[in-house]
Amino acid sequence: MSLPSRLPPQPTEVIDRSRVLEFSWNGRPLTGFDGDTIASALAASGKGIVSRSMKYHRPRGLLTADYWDPNALVQVGDEPNVRAAHRRLEAGMRVSAQNAWPSLERDVRAANGLVQRFLTAGFYYKTFIRPRRLWPAYEKVLATFAPGGRVDLQTPHGRHDKRYAHPDVVVAGGGPAGLVAATHAARAGARVMLAEHEYRLGGHLLWGEAQDVALAVRLADEAARAGVELLTDSTVTGRYEDNWVAIAQRSHPGVAERLIKARAKMLVVAPGLVERPYVFAGNDRPGVMTSGAVRRLVRMYAVKPGERAVVLTANPDGDAAVAALRAAGVEIVAVVDARAGEGIVAAHGTARRVEAVELEDGRTLPCDLLVTAVGWTAPTSLLNMAGDRPDFDPTSARFFGSDALEHVLATGGLAGDGDSDGHSLLDHAAQTGRLAAARAAVVAHRLQARTAHAAAVDGEEPPWPADTRSALPREPHPGLFRARTHGIVDYSEDVSSKDLVAAAAEGYDHIELLKRYTTATMGPSQGKLETVNTVAVLAELRGQSIGEVGTTVWRPPYAPVSLGALAGRIFEPKRVSPIQPWHEAHGAHPIVAGQWIRPEHYGDPAAEVVRTRTGVGITDVTPLGKLDLQGPDVPLLLSHLYTGRWMKLPVGSVRYGVMCGEDGVVLDDGVTGRLGEEHYLMSTTSSGARTVLEWAESWLQTEHPQWRVHLTPVTDAFTSINVAGPHSRTLLARLTDDIDLDPESFGFMRVRRGAIAGSPDCVVWRIGFTGELSFEVHVPSGYGLHVWQALLEAGGDLGVAPFGLEAQRIMRLEKGHFIVGQDTDGLTQAPTTGLGRLIALDKPDFAGKPELAWALQQPQAPHLVALQPVDPRVVPDEACQIVRAGTDEILGRITSSRMSPTLGRGICLGQVAAEVAHPGAEVTVRLTNGERVLARVLEEHAHFDPEGARLRG
Amino acid sequence: MLLVPCPHCGPRNASDLAYVGEARRRPDPAATSPSQWREYLYLRSNPAGLLRETWYCRAGCGRYFVVERDTVSNTFSAPPVPGRKTGRGA
Repeated sequence: MSLPSRLPPQPTEVIDRSRVLEFSWNGRPLTGFDGDTIASALAASGKGIVSRSMKYHRPRGLLTADYWDPNALVQVGDEPNVRAAHRRLEAGMRVSAQNAWPSLERDVRAANGLVQRFLTAGFYYKTFIRPRRLWPAYEKVLATFAPGGRVDLQTPHGRHDKRYAHPDVVVAGGGPAGLVAATHAARAGARVMLAEHEYRLGGHLLWGEAQDVALAVRLADEAARAGVELLTDSTVTGRYEDNWVAIAQRSHPGVAERLIKARAKMLVVAPGLVERPYVFAGNDRPGVMTSGAVRRLVRMYAVKPGERAVVLTANPDGDAAVAALRAAGVEIVAVVDARAGEGIVAAHGTARRVEAVELEDGRTLPCDLLVTAVGWTAPTSLLNMAGDRPDFDPTSARFFGSDALEHVLATGGLAGDGDSDGHSLLDHAAQTGRLAAARAAVVAHRLQARTAHAAAVDGEEPPWPADTRSALPREPHPGLFRARTHGIVDYSEDVSSKDLVAAAAEGYDHIELLKRYTTATMGPSQGKLETVNTVAVLAELRGQSIGEVGTTVWRPPYAPVSLGALAGRIFEPKRVSPIQPWHEAHGAHPIVAGQWIRPEHYGDPAAEVVRTRTGVGITDVTPLGKLDLQGPDVPLLLSHLYTGRWMKLPVGSVRYGVMCGEDGVVLDDGVTGRLGEEHYLMSTTSSGARTVLEWAESWLQTEHPQWRVHLTPVTDAFTSINVAGPHSRTLLARLTDDIDLDPESFGFMRVRRGAIAGSPDCVVWRIGFTGELSFEVHVPSGYGLHVWQALLEAGGDLGVAPFGLEAQRIMRLEKGHFIVGQDTDGLTQAPTTGLGRLIALDKPDFAGKPELAWALQQPQAPHLVALQPVDPRVVPDEACQIVRAGTDEILGRITSSRMSPTLGRGICLGQVAAEVAHPGAEVTVRLTNGERVLARVLEEHAHFDPEGARLRG
Repeated sequence: MLLVPCPHCGPRNASDLAYVGEARRRPDPAATSPSQWREYLYLRSNPAGLLRETWYCRAGCGRYFVVERDTVSNTFSAPPVPGRKTGRGA
């Protein structure tokens, strides 16, 4: 099989010509080889245009032919923004161009190019501000210009994962320096993890001569044998406090991506150098490439990038590109040597291909390939993230790390240049690896010493190893950033040097402002190609040096991270009661309540209410928070947490209490029972269980450590079942011999312990959230399902049936019991709830006491009241506003609202202003549809049985 | 992510703990004025520098402790104080 631009076999190629892969490009069938990237396969097939640019929709070809290539973002199947010059070709891939409509070849929006002068920096800010009423129209227009791939909403959530790692040393970068540093750190005894964002280890050696490739293989092999964990196709995306290092690993089998969170004792930064494009007129015409691009295409993928080349070179890499092109049979029209003062002015041609290059000496030479080798960006991002501020060295025309960090070391191109055979560079890397291992050992010693219960550390802490590495030489390099013409600075964002000049003229002449105003450096290559050229253009304008202008601060991520990788695997636990399988088998409609999944109803919540009010019902209230309290000082703690009186609760009694924060705002409520002399059981709201435990612990541990109280969360230790209704006593009596249910001895708000249905150690308290005679049974959780089924079997003749959360909510609303967080909010102080009588200001102290004392003197605070719409058929939505009649002035809101099956009318709770919080007051409720209805304020919170005859029966 | 030095569990990821806030003294509720109490509730010193703060070791030992952190360098500068009366923060 022969492709137009595929070279005969090259000694350094990475493709396997025996394995032909078929794929499609914009719907047309193409082939490539195993080992190709998508981009190299396209290039081999003679496809010179791989995308359209973001703003002007100009045709774009390969520029760098590696991970950072700003022109090579493509759509693969349903995956947008795939880096085509990085992603390996796979059989059957459906690849298509982005930013091109209707097609890559004929993109109608290329007309943008005609109005380019209107699309300059700040275009969006200036153009779409006024008039405001046209914003929706602007949005529609802009959406069609939105760059990037197509998101397929039907795509199932991919599999992602997380891993936590605790290596001694993380090495960022798998080029020669990174590999050698990792090997030497591992040989010194450190556990080392190395991440390389390309598929192969070896960095720039891979696009060198045969002996370079052989060296890459040897260095990778040594690292593997030294025990380094080698992660390819994995990017270190950020470094955070205490060397918390994020690695996006795309090579883990079975998952699309895995985010490794590594707590590295030492981080070695060795990303190498990124070749910088040159700014000149026509620099984004297809056929203009960096020297690295042509070397990769020729050496690794056996692709001929053009027929006739002009090469602008300022360094040995450019010279190597000349050699590679010659070896590939490309005619070298001219070598323009910047070291000798030669230069280029502009690339001419069509929008589809460069056709000639204009030189400084006045000549214009025909060519279809213009290669530039003008220097480097030092990707110091990870050093910046650790607090380093790299320095610009004008002699070498690039930034260098400062070596000022203790736990982060740089080597390779960030640290300097090697001598001609590269030995000093590898030496520096080896020293860096050994230094990292030695320092990691000290960090490990410190961490262990700081862990009180860890095994004792051996000996004294070793001294902190000093940095005695010999400094690397720095090669002089001409400072080449922009020719005397203007061209593209940021290919991803379509920002030209002319745009930067215009923005600076408008006053955005600080680098951080310039970046944000023009969006230069903010695209997918995150400044690797653009930052230094942006700074250089600004420096030229301001008559300053690059060092004086400084760079923008490089923040995470080093490279874009997918949202899937960040989301990872979802670890949110789901909690269910032991009865849940029964619920599911009996048609329960589930509701998610915090972490809990519980039955909302079994088909007809209104019928469940009626059955419970007239007979007997049982409901699973296991999620109710439960805390076991033991010790002689429990009353002191209860008295401190609750607003009411708790010092004299008799054994065998339960009491209702409200807890407030120090700001007097209602925090939680529930009942607590005294089971024994020094033994109490507290119930909290389902969502408040954790908060109350931590709240109670905070008082015990900080203000009152002398109190002898032991707290144990027991929410899951009990299955809780509420047995409610007129027949509840009859039903329960059939299942217990050792609890006397006689109303004289087991009255309202009393607690008893005993066996239910043969299950020992049950706690039963007689309370009435539903307003009915009811018993809340806390069963050791293993017996929960048994007791539930025993209740249903024993009560068949009584008409016993389960009821769900919805029926419970209706019944509590009929009874006027408020729910913390539903009828109260983050500003609701206890007096608002009408429970002022439960605030015992004569206690010496309790949580929130001063605030509550002042609140009780504030008659203007809102009141929680029961409301009934005058029209009984009306059931306002919860959160509907209560307004002053005839105005929009808000007087309150509906907090709970239901149709009452018992009363056959709408019933509500609401918070209202004090002025209307009196019985009989009529207030105006503004419904969701804007209609206004009248509602009447009741005397009590209870809509039903305000005297409590039923629950006390 | 910050490593927080729990006096019992050793250095742990900040996500294992709850940040309670600046450690501060609770005014005597019997003698406090509204301005004193609300300063305790709402006002924080927010220094650029050393800050004594309370952490709660939620996923570990379940203990509250006070530790000093330099808010500029984001490093803990003094060993944590385990147990006993450590001052509140909420």
